[in-house]
Amino acid sequence: MIDPITRLEGHGKIAIFLKDDGSVANVYFQVPELRGFEKFCEGRPAEDMPQITQRICGVCPEAHHMASTKALDDLFHVEPTSTAKKLRELFYSSFYVTDHTTHFYILAAPDFVVGPDAPPAERNIFGVIAKVGLELGGAVIRTRHENHWVIQTIGGRAVHPCFGLPGGVSKAITEEERVKIEEIAKRSVDFAKLSLKVFDDVVLKNKQYLDMILSDTYTHRTYYMGLVDEKNRVNFYDGKVRVVDPDGKEFCKYAPRDYLEHVAEHVEPWTYLKFPYLKKVGWKGFVDGKDSGVYRATPLSRLNAADGMATPLAQAEYEKMYSTLGGKPAHQTLATHWARLIELLYAAERMLELARDPEITSPNIRNIPTAIPDEGVGIVEAPRGTLTHHYITDERGVIKKVNLIVGTTNNYAAFYMSVKKAAEDFIKPGVKITEGLLNRIEMAWRPYDLCLACATHSLPGQMPLEVVIYDSQGNEIKRLSQGIA
Amino acid sequence: MAKLKIALYWAASCGGCEIATLQIGERILKVAEAADIVFWPVAVDTKYADVEKMPDKSIDACLFNGAIRTSENEHMAKLLRQKSKLMIAYGSCAYEGCIPGLANFYNRQMIFDRAYIETPSTDNPHKIYPQTRVRVPEGELDLPEFYDTVKTLGQTVDVDYVVPGCPPEEKTTWLALEALVSGKLPPKGTVISHSVKAVCDECPRKKEEKKIKKFYRTYEIVPEPEKCLLEQGLLCCGIATRGGCGALCPQANMPCTGCYGPVEGVVDQGAHLLSAIASVIDSNDPDQIQKIVNDIVDPAGTFYRYSLPDSLLRRARIK
Repeated sequence: MIDPITRLEGHGKIAIFLKDDGSVANVYFQVPELRGFEKFCEGRPAEDMPQITQRICGVCPEAHHMASTKALDDLFHVEPTSTAKKLRELFYSSFYVTDHTTHFYILAAPDFVVGPDAPPAERNIFGVIAKVGLELGGAVIRTRHENHWVIQTIGGRAVHPCFGLPGGVSKAITEEERVKIEEIAKRSVDFAKLSLKVFDDVVLKNKQYLDMILSDTYTHRTYYMGLVDEKNRVNFYDGKVRVVDPDGKEFCKYAPRDYLEHVAEHVEPWTYLKFPYLKKVGWKGFVDGKDSGVYRATPLSRLNAADGMATPLAQAEYEKMYSTLGGKPAHQTLATHWARLIELLYAAERMLELARDPEITSPNIRNIPTAIPDEGVGIVEAPRGTLTHHYITDERGVIKKVNLIVGTTNNYAAFYMSVKKAAEDFIKPGVKITEGLLNRIEMAWRPYDLCLACATHSLPGQMPLEVVIYDSQGNEIKRLSQGIA
Repeated sequence: MAKLKIALYWAASCGGCEIATLQIGERILKVAEAADIVFWPVAVDTKYADVEKMPDKSIDACLFNGAIRTSENEHMAKLLRQKSKLMIAYGSCAYEGCIPGLANFYNRQMIFDRAYIETPSTDNPHKIYPQTRVRVPEGELDLPEFYDTVKTLGQTVDVDYVVPGCPPEEKTTWLALEALVSGKLPPKGTVISHSVKAVCDECPRKKEEKKIKKFYRTYEIVPEPEKCLLEQGLLCCGIATRGGCGALCPQANMPCTGCYGPVEGVVDQGAHLLSAIASVIDSNDPDQIQKIVNDIVDPAGTFYRYSLPDSLLRRARIK
């Protein structure tokens, strides 16, 4: 018999305990699963890791495939050919277009476009289409569909690709395919521009929404992490990890190999998921500010941690966002949705640049490694945060040790804090707990685009999470779930 | 005609099966015409309690993906079996354990030690492990039990059909849904795929005589574009893996890793692969054979990449 008070449902649970007077006593955000990739990858051939570790998450297998492939480059001491790097980044940019599109239109937009107080039955993608028009709905479906074709064409398969190898990729693209990819990239740029216009019209021009974005309830002063290129601009595929402090000053910038000097993970007994934090600041519990090692690694964090965007249209939007929000860094969690759309535009622009690169159809896609494998670290920016794969092998390239710090996991402490703060601000003595009120609490975690499949190396995609509220006697008084539609 | 009632559920899986289900695109509307989705945690707001209240066998079909890793996975498998007329193991995890099933080379304590103690980024001076029940100041919190061994859905409840693949390709998913919606169901126990034969059967690469003198790792050679990968010494599992995927990986110049499971009539995919591979080794000299075989650095983890829990071995013995 499972204790009804603590019963878990779905793949994540938020337990809100109330005091006698109806205010919030405490909040717990539990993740109830684990699969153990860090153990069972031991003994496997290193070159199979891109295909094994991507089974951590079927929503962002591309991110694991890339981080793993880069870890193999390092492990086998081999530099990929220029075309191979470009094909990987083209593939990865296309993946970002699909992933950010899915999150914004299916998960985030319902809150803003349909409204936070709309009934749950309308607060979904269909409600969004009803508001913004069927044409845009069609564009969402087409963008996703076309970019899945790009992913399959370059990566070999649409879900769980197979093309990553140390020193390169397994397959070149033809000129015919390149032309089609260029067309899709052009349409993706237009689609991203349109999405930012929708955000501008529907959210930014609505004072109530803008005030909500700027409100203290949805604000946390934390450190921010993101991958940057040599000019400190946002990059998803390669570069160094840069961290800025809550004042926006560079705190550290590290190469993948040095990640253990900077990141550590804290364990709690009530959840299977660990809490990463900045090692040099230290774990101070679930608090924000400069003295707490809690950091965030989200689209907004990446923009905060960088000095700008590497493509012109995205750079203009970047500047506009910070001038609207009152400068850098922006601590407003809800602005993450805005940052995600700016990243969508960057991804589409970068995709177009790469599709037009004269080298992209070159058959020179592999360097064969010749050195003895030993140890490698690979880092990419997954859509949901900085993704680190670290492998140690024997001299035959058989895995001895694996360590993974995965997208959503980076943000575990932060999204837990965001939920707690929203719960404390909205659930007050004498205030009736309505669906709309609960949705405003839900809105505190939605910007993080939780993917607990990644986080626990165990759980699937766009999470159905559940909030359960208990009174001071431990009786359940309200339940709410997050679904995809 | 009354609409069908369909449930979809995920246990220990990656979410790729959910994405695979959505890959059927606008044909989902055809499914929606013929069926109501009464339970799907990722998309439909129905609670476990609502499922418990449903009469037994009131769901026409449940597409269950994910392996059985925790007590919660097991509970849901049993509950959904009780409520459903047909139970379908959708995807490799439910069918044969898949990648999460590689955990059966180890056990719970080894996995916990690695995750919560040993990993170099973990800072856990008091050696705290997650607990199935924890007293916190405000009340009690519990977590599902993490089992020692990963089980398949079929080892947990009676399964009517299997849809193979990690994940099932779009056309495989559609084949299953079409059968469901049209009511033209194959005999119980059928593995629903376009092929009962091996991946080789649908692979466009040219096949001649398979005589292997040396096995290569994928990073060691650039294979010739049109010739069978196994004949070039790459350990391609297509020879003992069910087709239906369209041989996608070999067409991307990468060997099949075996995600569609065994071919029709074979119980143990790993044993079948082992004998198939052994039969193509081109030598009668025991020393040379040994040398050739030594190049396969992880035979168990390669031949049972997706099927360890469903194999005759099920798990490694831990001393």
